[in-house]
This record gives sequence, structure tokens and C-alpha cells, in this order.
Amino acid sequence: MINLETPRKFETLVSQAHQVAVSVFRPNSRKYDTAEHEHPKELDMLAALLDGMTESGGMGGAGVGTVGGGADANGAGDGTGAGSGNRNGSNMASLLGLIELCWGDVGLMLSMPRQGLGQAAIAALATPDQLERFGGKWAAMAITEPEAGSDSAAIRTTAAIDPAHPDEYVLNGSKIFVTSGERAELVVVWATLDRAQGRAAIKSFVVERTNPGFKLERLEHKLGIRASDTANFVLQDCRVPKENLLGSSEIESRKGFAGAMQTFDNTRPMVAGMAIGVARACLEATREHLGTAGVEIDYDRPPASQTAAAAEFISMEAEWEAARLLTLQAAWMADNRKPNSLQASMAKAKAGRVGTEIALRCVALCGAAGFGEGELLEKWARDAKILDLFEGTQQIQLLIIARQLLDRTSAELK
Amino acid sequence: MASGQKISERGMAVGLRALNRVASSPALDRLGLRDQAAWALHGAGRNGTRAATAAGRRFAAVQRLSRPARQRTDAEPGRSDLFDLTATEEQQLLRNSVGELALARIRPAAAAADDATATPSELLTEVDELGLTMVGVPEELGGVVADRSATTAVLIAEAIAHGDMGIGVACLAPAAVCTAIALWGDADQQARYLPPFVSDDVPVAALALMEPQPLFDPLTPMTRAVKSPDGGYMLNGAKALVPRAANAELFVVGARLGDRGPALFVVESGADGLSVAPEPGMGVRAAATGRLELDDVRLPASALLNGLAGGSSSAGAAYRDCVALARLGWCALAIGTGQAVLDYVTEYVSERRAFGEPISNRQAVAFAVANIAIELEGMRLATYRAAARVDRGLEFHREVALARWLCAEHGMAIGSEGVQLLGGHGYVKEHPVERWYRDLRAAGMLEGGVLV
Repeated sequence: MINLETPRKFETLVSQAHQVAVSVFRPNSRKYDTAEHEHPKELDMLAALLDGMTESGGMGGAGVGTVGGGADANGAGDGTGAGSGNRNGSNMASLLGLIELCWGDVGLMLSMPRQGLGQAAIAALATPDQLERFGGKWAAMAITEPEAGSDSAAIRTTAAIDPAHPDEYVLNGSKIFVTSGERAELVVVWATLDRAQGRAAIKSFVVERTNPGFKLERLEHKLGIRASDTANFVLQDCRVPKENLLGSSEIESRKGFAGAMQTFDNTRPMVAGMAIGVARACLEATREHLGTAGVEIDYDRPPASQTAAAAEFISMEAEWEAARLLTLQAAWMADNRKPNSLQASMAKAKAGRVGTEIALRCVALCGAAGFGEGELLEKWARDAKILDLFEGTQQIQLLIIARQLLDRTSAELK
Repeated sequence: MASGQKISERGMAVGLRALNRVASSPALDRLGLRDQAAWALHGAGRNGTRAATAAGRRFAAVQRLSRPARQRTDAEPGRSDLFDLTATEEQQLLRNSVGELALARIRPAAAAADDATATPSELLTEVDELGLTMVGVPEELGGVVADRSATTAVLIAEAIAHGDMGIGVACLAPAAVCTAIALWGDADQQARYLPPFVSDDVPVAALALMEPQPLFDPLTPMTRAVKSPDGGYMLNGAKALVPRAANAELFVVGARLGDRGPALFVVESGADGLSVAPEPGMGVRAAATGRLELDDVRLPASALLNGLAGGSSSAGAAYRDCVALARLGWCALAIGTGQAVLDYVTEYVSERRAFGEPISNRQAVAFAVANIAIELEGMRLATYRAAARVDRGLEFHREVALARWLCAEHGMAIGSEGVQLLGGHGYVKEHPVERWYRDLRAAGMLEGGVLV
């Protein structure tokens, strides 16, 4: 039975996440935007609180870290629709939680201890033993290199077995744009076992942040999400135990790389959710300002018969709604084990561009209140842009979508 | 006709039983009569003179219910409230049946119907056989579906417009009137008007909300209804782009009722003072759109829809809901036609070669296709959400407005990109994309005509 409302069972989770956003994130938003690179200590206490809530069953999976595998606590079938088997599980729960948290602050959400895309990779690829060792830790993800951004198959960081110590890989290279790279306990590093063999040889390695061969080079100064540290690393004879390679060590056709890329099917809707959260913050603040200015919005009258501001607001709300529903669709498909690579990229493409556009248009509609640092609209407009970049840029999403729709290989449609 | 037969069989499987009676000869006789009237009017229209509306049938109550019958909405307690994008089995069957007819019969007829500004009567009969009007009629009055479902109506409209939007509007126009009377009619109005819609001989009918003036806002129509001393109403005004106006036997017309705001009136085509002129537009031409003029049209007190249920606010609320549900119908049509564009260009850009390779190897082309797919899916989900809210008894006007905006803007853009991707070939009638370009402009701006 077609229904696009979010179910009651997530109400508690959503309202708890909203409380976090209201009482912890928003009051600290400006502080850590100004004090870039300062550790947001308020989040440590929050993390402890959330851990308690997770253990007691609340806040289940409100975050990226829990997405994409493992036990599915919320995934019990619907129980009422005889044999329908429809599930609203951990992907949707995480998404709804993230939307609320990012309504509060994207940068602070990314800085939440033990959240991070690295856990998504671990959840997707780890053996039971690896899950035991790495599960629940704060894991960052290191893919991008100075010479390899969207073209992640072209990475140059190498991993080789040391003949003198056959139980260790030695990693060499450099990694940039590692979100939470400074604060995380683990970093999942992509490296190639053999550059000549292309994608198939690319593997993920779990590196302890304290590893002496893993050197923090610098932290980036950014346009937005300044509360979140973005680290650059040099790997210099960085030794990791053999057991830290996630998945199979075999170089087999393209399977391994495809496996790594599949992580994105779960994480892209989450990044789309972040854009939806921040865009909703912009829309709500703008609606309030417009109300004060005497602008009325009537959903029954044609936009063209209303003020330009009202018409623009309706258009932004509509685009936001499309992005939100595309994202819910992708998460719903993941929960129901339907292949969702196409829908995940559609959600990411739409939410990424719509999030940025809404944020920038809201700044203009609100005038000085939108542009000035007295309020948060200008910050949200800076924060939103990252969501059309990381986890695959707008252009990469369009490539993925087009290749699937048109049945083109990456060699044909470059 | 093989595929038609198959569709009837499937229709029966979901309970649309009564429909095969159409094949019986008395029905065909009656259709023959109506065709003659239609032909005469069509001729008059071409000569540029204003014609009377169709002679029409006598609508008389056969069986009167003590209170109006309403289909259930989907608001039962205990029903799953999970997010779900799976249509019910019944909806899937209906969608597939209509979809099959759309591709096998409607699409091949589309170019000629567009040219002739009329849908062939055999095709209309064939679609009537599917019993689309029966979906909106309460069971007590001969309908076949217990639950009122805007979602089902959306899925049907989407499937039919995948064949052709203009023919789709022509086919769905009677269902709009029938659904309006089922939703807002009192017991007398239902008893009088609904039985023919579940008979072998579905009346031609049209929901007339649109008006000629620029910046038209359906909430402030220029068509006026004035209460007469005898308790009835007198209507004056003009309704624009009314589907199948020349042949319609029954209209539901929107008019401003004094200070009480806009309301809906049932108008039989035989009423004095009613006239119609052809008004073809850039698109949905197969719907045979016409201008309906009301010149001192006298109506009985019983013509006001929802007039008795709760006074003026009730008639006003019915009118607002009607406007929104009509827009949702246009959204569904836009999705169906948008999907036709996506299917067509996907194949075309893969086969068309330039510079020694398929043009789909170029990002400029491939990204345009990707963007059509993204926006179309957004339109679809927003439309489904609004429809599902209607069915669950939730507030839906905001959601309809958002779906409407998406379908207007992106529907138009998809129509334009469809032509663009074919280059000069898209501009000539050898390919259907130029028709879809014209049709998709209708979807975001027309009011009334269809209703879900």
C-alpha cells in the first residue's frame, strides 16, 4: 500500500535527535564555525549520553556509523500487512536521525564521536573477527589523494607485504580531505596492491590513528562545516597487521572494487539526508522572516497569483520535497534489500544541488539577516555546499545515473 | 481485438465485472446515436459558429438512497503506517491493464487524434469498457471498489498518459465528473447522476473549472452564480479548454456564488443558455477542448454540489478540494507523459550516432537524460505522497501544491529536453516528442478537466 509518510515507530528517535539539535548543536553552531579546528568538547558528553540511549533502545542508529550492515534492530517486518514483508529499518532510522541532526548543524554532526563513514565500510566488508575488533570505534575514511579525487580508481597509495615481516602490509602515499581524520580512532585507507592491475587491486586497510607511520600533515581551512576537522595525511612506511585488510586480499577481476563502491549505495542517501536537514533549517528560518515581513503563502492559489517571495518559497519547498522523497526511497530500498545504486545516486544528485540552491536563495530572500553573521543562514549556505561534493560530486552522480540508464561502460561514457 | 480481450479478462479478475455488457447491441445502438449527434456538432464547430451543447440524456433517479453513499477512505486504525512504495495487487493489475492498452492502442492512435482534435469513438468505447468511472463510484450505487483511492486514480492516469496525454484526458473526463458527484453530491444528486456512469453507456461529461483570463486563479472565478427568487441559481460566465465540451452531456462547473465564494454546480447539457465553441490548444488536442459559455443559465436549487451538507463553508471546502484533486490528476498525467519522453530519448540517444559513436557517449547528452530521470522520479514520488495522504484522510493541499509545482516546472523542462535531444528531428512530426512538448505544457497550468 503506497504511503510516503514516515512511520510512528520512528517518532521517538526523531524527537530525540531533534532535541540534540536544538539543545546542543544550535547553541554551539557559531562558536565552532568561528573557532575552526577547536575540539567541540560539548560533543564528548553528548556521545556518552547517546551511547546510553542506544543501549536502552532509544536513538537506535541515528547516524552514519550504523548504516549498511550488521544486525538490523529496527528492521522487523511490518507485522500488520500480512505477508507484505515491507521493512522500515536501520537505513531509514539513520536517515531520519541525520536529517534532524543536520537541521541542527552539519559540521557538528560530522564531528560526533564514533560517527563516520569509515564504520560504513567496516560494516560492509569486515569479517566477524574484524567487526569484533573495529566495530563501535570512531572510524574515518581516507580515499581522496592530491592527484585522485573523483577518479578513485587512480589512487597511488600503495600497500605491499614486507618480505621481512610477512604478517604486515607497508603503506606509502598521501591522503587528503579525511573527515574527522584528526579526532577518529581508526582511519580506513584505500590503497592499491598493484597499480598495474587497476581497480581490482584497490583494497581498504584499517589504520590506527596512533600508528607512527601515519602522519597528520595539516588541517584544512574551509568554506563551511568548520566544526568538522578535515585532515591531510602522509603514510610513510606505515605498517599495519595483515588482518587489517577489509574483505579479501585476492586481486580478482573487479569484484573487490565494486564491493568498496557498494558502500556508497548506503552512504549516499545519508549525505543526501544531511542536505535535506540543512535545507529544512534554511526554509524554516526563511518562512519565519517572510511571515514577519507580511508575506503570506497560500498552497491553493497558483504561485503566479501570489507575491514573488511566496512563489519562490513554494518552489523551494517543492524541490526540497522531491529531494527528500528520493532520499527516503533510496533508504527504503536499502532496508528492503532492493538494489538501489541508481536511486541512491539520484537522491544524492538531487539533494546535493537542491540543498545548496535553497540555502543560497534563502540568504537572498532574508537580505541582511540572511547574509550577516548575526544569524545562521549564511553559515548554512556555506555548510550546504560540501554536500554536493563529498561522497561523490554532482557530476559523478550524474555519470553513475547515466551509465545505468543508458547501459554505458565507464570507458564509453567518460 | 486480442489485447483488448486480455485487458477485459484482467479487469474482471479485479472485479470490474459489469463492463463487458458494453459489447451488447443495445449499447452499440445508443453509441451510434450519440456519434451522429457528435458528428453534427463537430461539423458546426468547424464552420466557426457557436453550437448548442450536446442534446444530452435525461438524468433521472432510479433508486434513491436515504443518505449519500461514500466510499471508505483508507484511514482505518490498525492499518500499517510504514513507508511503502509498493502498489497493492489490485492497483498493479489495474495499472498493468491500462498500461497495456495505452501502449497497444492509445499510443498508435495519438498522432492522428492530435491532428483531428478528437479521440476516435471506438477507442473511447474501448477505454470505457475498462470501467475507469466505476472506480470512483460507491458500491451502493453500482461501483466496484469499496475504498476511495486517489492513489489508484493517479496510477491509472499515469498509465494512460504513458500512451498519450490528450487521449488520456478525453478518456478520464467523464470519471472526473463522476468522482466529483460521488465525493460531494447529496443522495438525490448521486441517485440521479451516478448510475449511468456504471452502466454500459458512460455519459460524456466534463469538469469545467478553467477560465479564459490571464493569471486565472480558480479560487476567484469570474463565472458568477446568483441565487434566483425561486431558490435556484442563474449562472453567467465562460469556461475555457473544457475537455470534450461539444459532446458532453453533463458538466460540473465552478462559479462564484455571491459572497459565499466559489462552488460547484451540476449543469446538464440541455440547459438553456449553454453554448460551446471549439477551443483547440497547443497540446492535449485529442481531448477536443472547447469553450463553454454560460449565458443566463437557470439551474434548480439541487444543482449546487455539497450545498446541503453544511452550508456555505462546506460548498467552499468541496470546491477547494476539487481544485487540488484536479491538479493532482494533471500531475499524474505529466508523470505518464514524462516517462514516455524518458523511454523514447533513452533509446534514441543510444542508437543515434555522431562523430563515430552513439551520442549517449557524450556527457552533455547523457547528463540531460540523467536529469530527466531524476526530476521525473521526484515528480512521481511527490504526486504519490499527496495521493496517499488523500486516501489516509490527511491534509493534502500543501502536498498537492508541491507536486503541482514540480510537475509544471520539470514537466515542461522534460518536454523541452525531449525535443532538444533529438535535435532537428525532434521538431518534426516524424517523432512524438514534439507532441509531448506541447502536452507537457498543459500539465502544469490547466485547472479541472481531470480529477483523482
